Amino acid sequence: MSAVLEASGLCKDYEIASWPRRASVAAVRDVSLQLEGGKVVALVGESGSGKSTVARLLAGQERPSRGRILLEGKPVDVRRRRSYRAYKRTVQMIFQDPFASLNPAHTVRYHLQRALRIYGTTKADEAGQLRSLLEQVRLSPPEPTLERYPHELSGGQRQRVAIARALAVQPRVLLADEPVSMLDVSIRLEILTLLDGLRKRLGLAVLYITHDIASARYFADEILVMYSGAIVERGTAEQVTQHPGHPYTQLLLRSAPDPDAFGQALQRSPAPARTADTPAGQQGCHFSPRCPLATDQCRQQDPEPQTLTASHLAACWHLGAAAEHHRQARELAAAAGDVSAVQATSPVRLPHAP
Amino acid sequence: MTGQPLLDIRGLCVSYRTSSGEVRAVQDVDLALRAGEIVGLAGESGSGKSTLAYGVCRLLRPPAVITGGEVTYHGRRAAGGTIDLLDATAGQLRSLRWREVAIVFQSAMSALNPVLRVGDQIGDVIRAHTSISRDEQRDRVHRVIDLVGIPRNRLRSYPHELSGGMRQRVMIAMALVLDPEIVIMDEPTTALDVVVQREILAQVVELKERLGFTVLFITHDMSVLMEISDRIAVMYAGRLMEIADAATIRTAPVHPYTQGLLGSFPSLRGPKRELAWIPGSPPDLTIEIPGCPFAPRCPHAAGRCASVPMTLEPAATGVVHLTACPVRNPANAPAGQHAVAGTEVGE
Repeated sequence: MSAVLEASGLCKDYEIASWPRRASVAAVRDVSLQLEGGKVVALVGESGSGKSTVARLLAGQERPSRGRILLEGKPVDVRRRRSYRAYKRTVQMIFQDPFASLNPAHTVRYHLQRALRIYGTTKADEAGQLRSLLEQVRLSPPEPTLERYPHELSGGQRQRVAIARALAVQPRVLLADEPVSMLDVSIRLEILTLLDGLRKRLGLAVLYITHDIASARYFADEILVMYSGAIVERGTAEQVTQHPGHPYTQLLLRSAPDPDAFGQALQRSPAPARTADTPAGQQGCHFSPRCPLATDQCRQQDPEPQTLTASHLAACWHLGAAAEHHRQARELAAAAGDVSAVQATSPVRLPHAP
Repeated sequence: MTGQPLLDIRGLCVSYRTSSGEVRAVQDVDLALRAGEIVGLAGESGSGKSTLAYGVCRLLRPPAVITGGEVTYHGRRAAGGTIDLLDATAGQLRSLRWREVAIVFQSAMSALNPVLRVGDQIGDVIRAHTSISRDEQRDRVHRVIDLVGIPRNRLRSYPHELSGGMRQRVMIAMALVLDPEIVIMDEPTTALDVVVQREILAQVVELKERLGFTVLFITHDMSVLMEISDRIAVMYAGRLMEIADAATIRTAPVHPYTQGLLGSFPSLRGPKRELAWIPGSPPDLTIEIPGCPFAPRCPHAAGRCASVPMTLEPAATGVVHLTACPVRNPANAPAGQHAVAGTEVGE
């Protein structure tokens, strides 16, 4: 199946100074990705890694400095209002904060109606469309919900309204920028399952942007790991989470909370602090200042993506050493975890007597 | 680790008196903090966990009203002594806050003053609660900022010049500057990404070992609590549902709500699990709920759930594991009903 939305060699530089000398930050560096109908691609990385910028570029909200975006094989042109609107009919976005993305002064009905009217639903169809949208996102009963204001809804319900609004134009691509990170852990799963059902039923191509790699494992087909504007590793969800190649992916995985490590497993060595914004044109691997395995080669030459197995690539010069380092770090952590498990089961502390 | 707890909360009730009725945000909560332990308080948004923490420190303002219970602080230092927090005078509270009980607030961005340098803000805490010399103040600020691993030249920065992780560290430094006995952390890492979160959690544990304070750690993320806490208390609709040590909560949770929370986060290691979330939404707290507030969402709900008193009882004889669930509680129910569909208990 061919890609619905495709980006190749996407770059975005932001100018941060124009005088006395021009300076810019490379927010996105040479990102290529394909979104296919019915598939979820996860873009994983820490704050400031450029993942939201990629979403804004793909949504047409910003124009790339270099690189191309193809929608169904045709170059995307969003310079004129009309073409931008046509593009939005196919590519819709869901934002992180459902408190900020819905207008507090308007009802749910207004939010959905507006999307329907702008994209040409006739008034006769409207009532039925509204009902079916709310049913699709499982907001029931539809009638009272339509008259509610955002502040009367819970965070999860609000995010459902945002999803319904995105679906109103019957898009083929959904760009979900951290759709669940503002929600409680117990509600996240419900929203992700909803999105998963929608992409299966409607054949949507989904870009799922997150810093939670564990949810990407369950929800995505492919995971792209982004660091400092570039994709450092890509592969299927299981390849990336179970056999990470790049030292950054490994760090990310080791940092994720491990519910089976009771107490004291936190002694795993923390990473050195994050470096500031990387100036455009910096040589070498951008992760090298934080990488325990960095050599002079890393600091001078930008690593090319190396093939680990079919469909699994990582941009690192020292994949062999990285795999060994990751294995050792996990063993150390496991050993620390064992000690704590013993401690946790020994003398039990009493809460005050009932 | 027996004997008197450091902080003893008994039967605490807090309500918000709003125009649409009384919202019973915290109902009849019993919780004790012992010296040197990390107690995790878990629950969804609106479960009353922050209200409980602020109620304990008397930081609530109307329409919030403490409607019952007692909170006793048994300070180990001569200055502290035993104080009944709910009856304390303004003067007593001032001497207690920050020197004995400090809070790391939820959002570091809005808790820090954007127009003051962070060094001055930490200094303000010292000036407000002690009367030590300027030199000593500066020494303290330097010591505490070194502790949390921020370079001293950053003291002259404004909050917006710091990253999210650094701001959170400043908040932790501010809480530790007067060497408190108890540190309440209200969702300190929720807005941060995982690498920074791990650094901060590791630092909290390390500082706790070094300085010997006691932590009440509030979050909705059970997977974080598992790693950091000694004991975990699970809260729902203003009530405590279950208390046990972290390993027991993970491997043998009794209350269906705890089981639901544990089944709802995706795992990174091992085989993929079948994930299940808790259907429905929390109850309306303006209506008085007899019996178990979780019953309408509970897969095991039985008739008596609607009338049972929500007191914490031992889950089994001789085990320090308290639960408020009448059905799942082995003391009431026949044995062998532990696993719930959709959660792999003790995986």
